Amino acid sequence: MTATLFYIAAAVAVISTVLAITRTNAAHALLYLVVSLLSVAVIFYLIGAPLAGALEVIVYAGAIMVLFVFVIMMLNAGRATARQEQQWLSTSAWTLPALLCAVLLAELVYVLQQQDTVYLDAHITPKEVGILLYGPYLLAVELASMLLLAGLVGAYHLGREDPPPDRRQPGTAEQTDA
Amino acid sequence: MLNIPMEHGLLLAALLFSLGFIGVLIRRNILFVLMSLEIMLNAAGLAFVVAAARWEQADGQIMFLMVLTLAAAEVAVGLALLVQLYRRYQTLDMDVLSQLRG
Repeated sequence: MTATLFYIAAAVAVISTVLAITRTNAAHALLYLVVSLLSVAVIFYLIGAPLAGALEVIVYAGAIMVLFVFVIMMLNAGRATARQEQQWLSTSAWTLPALLCAVLLAELVYVLQQQDTVYLDAHITPKEVGILLYGPYLLAVELASMLLLAGLVGAYHLGREDPPPDRRQPGTAEQTDA
Repeated sequence: MLNIPMEHGLLLAALLFSLGFIGVLIRRNILFVLMSLEIMLNAAGLAFVVAAARWEQADGQIMFLMVLTLAAAEVAVGLALLVQLYRRYQTLDMDVLSQLRG
């Protein structure tokens, strides 16, 4: 029963990912991406990782995708952008890269076929993860917090608007740009 | 009760990773490239969680948390860069933006 659910969720994940990378409208692609992430969250629950599944929904499908939605709203991408995107996505542009990726995937599949079959029947509770996280991995947690702080400062610095040209002092523009 | 072979979990991760890689290669819009990068990071996280389930250890899930943090920081900086580039050039075409001069 669980195996059937796994394969259904896996099929949904693959189909929605294919649709996400081929759409011309950014908002549609984003919605398919959210579906893909949610089906991966279902897979996490099925293979006994409830904490990872919950975080996938909250952080990936929730927070990160909301950031994308905000940016799409700011860029105000409409029909003209979708038409331009259609021009950029020509057949000659995607055939060769897709073929090369297919070769890499075939190699991965071949390697994975070589090993003995092991079934996934673990159930790792959030408690176990939490104990490890604040025990041996405490330094990793601190590093993750530093990474997030750096990301916050970087995003704030890069994302703010330039001051209007008349308030800029002469000569500083070249220095800040370099 | 649970009879999902580990290869199938890893195969799904490999498939999603390849799809994300194709997305990075074929799209010229930076927004779509960032979305494809998210797909690739997510596939790597899936491989970690599958490994955690295989060896019944929580360490793989902790690595998944680290990947999640990395993805959040990466997407924040990437989208801020994207907004700034759109303000300066009024386009998201990577070929136009490839000169990297202010």
